[in-house]
Amino acid sequence: MSADSEQQTIRCLIAKVGLDGHDRGAHVISRAFRDAGFEVIYSGLHRAPDEIIQATVQEDVNVLGISILSGAHNTLVPKVMAGLEEYGALDDTLVIVGGIIPEEDRPGLLEEGVDAIFGPGTPMQETIDFVKENAPERT
Amino acid sequence: MSQAAESDLVERLLDGEHRALARVITKIESRASGYRDIISDIHSHTGHASVVGVTGSPGAGKSTLVDKLAKFYRDRGETVGVIAVDPSSPYTGGAVLGDRIRMASNVGDMDVFFRSMSARGQLGGLSTATSDAVKALDAFGKDRIIIETVGAGQNEVDVVKTADTVVVLVQPGSGDDVQMLKAGILEIGDVFVVNKADMAGASRTVAELEEMIHLRDDPRANLDTGHHGHDAFDDDHGHGAEADTGGSDEAADADSEPPSWKPQVVETVATQGEGIETLVETLDDHYTYLTDSGELDEKARQRAAEEIRQLLRSDVGELLEQELDAQGGVDDFAASVVEKETDPYAVTEEVLEPLRDCLGDHDD
Repeated sequence: MSADSEQQTIRCLIAKVGLDGHDRGAHVISRAFRDAGFEVIYSGLHRAPDEIIQATVQEDVNVLGISILSGAHNTLVPKVMAGLEEYGALDDTLVIVGGIIPEEDRPGLLEEGVDAIFGPGTPMQETIDFVKENAPERT
Repeated sequence: MSQAAESDLVERLLDGEHRALARVITKIESRASGYRDIISDIHSHTGHASVVGVTGSPGAGKSTLVDKLAKFYRDRGETVGVIAVDPSSPYTGGAVLGDRIRMASNVGDMDVFFRSMSARGQLGGLSTATSDAVKALDAFGKDRIIIETVGAGQNEVDVVKTADTVVVLVQPGSGDDVQMLKAGILEIGDVFVVNKADMAGASRTVAELEEMIHLRDDPRANLDTGHHGHDAFDDDHGHGAEADTGGSDEAADADSEPPSWKPQVVETVATQGEGIETLVETLDDHYTYLTDSGELDEKARQRAAEEIRQLLRSDVGELLEQELDAQGGVDDFAASVVEKETDPYAVTEEVLEPLRDCLGDHDD
């Protein structure tokens, strides 16, 4: 085995932001991503946007998955996006949002720079395929 | 990636840009093209940080302890880098890296650079990747670097051995665990931490550890007994009140010996932050000992030697893999071995022959 055989592994941060204790979805996604061969970092519950920004920047993840079911997405997501921009991490991080996001809020989030929104009932494979196809490469 | 882009990345890392540091570690982890040039460039900027390795069985409280350690260093005004290594699935290569979840004391503090790494199934490559990542953090200017790993096997032992000081975490009441760890992990610890010291059985675990350290580190224990016996014989001729003489003689003997380090046992309750100060003092003591005794330099030389060997092994392995392909691939050889046309030793000899011819001059 060579020391230089390049091993591109997709790294994801699954993040729970704000005062939202519903983490079943985040757990299921974490597990599915792991089984798809991704390296998953789970943030844990009740994280502030600053923590998510710090983790995304330091871990150099290809994908940031934010799970929100509290309805505070219009407040929290823009804060995260602004922080990523500040540290130069916005351009090469795929940002996806999952949870309960009302239809009328989606265009706003996408405008903020979110790459995709996956609501309840999305087949797991659809999310995995999206990540595999769109995760920015680290070369 | 072009050479210019790499030196630009190194430049930005040395300037203290977090994103550049993160990207350099990604390149190290994925063995991206050009990562070797990056390591070569930053190598001369390393050597300022002190490196602590923390290991122990799952659930012993490593991440929580590392969090509190990082917080303590930060309160002293030092910057901290943490590398947390978690296992990955041997089947899918996937992993859930969960150590970050415990880093609650350093929220939003960018001067604690926390990075999760997974063992990507590389043979011995993990320790190379970890020590390269430590170099990146060192060159970035971190004062303290902590490597955290689950103490399960040889791979992890190799990882913590890249640290100056090795801390082994033990849970109270884990009598069986201690027995299990005896042969491997327990031998590499410079400091033992009994975490969750508020739990029942903590003092017993401390006593067990101290006994083990005593047995391990005092092969002269029997000789000392002889020494005492001699004193006791002398005392028979003198006064009973001089019975302490043996003790002071021993102290004088110890003074004349070169400094040595006896592993320390520290009790902590990481969730409450109890015992962290004592632990940091012990870690500082050990670092002072390493510096004073010259062992720090010796360790650095040993590490460098090990790195060179590791790189040579993997590079030569790759060359041989190519040679194997050039000679028809391993499958044909394997088939003929199974058919009893040849044997593995003969095949090895055959494949190695060109290499031997090249290096042959040295043997003569």
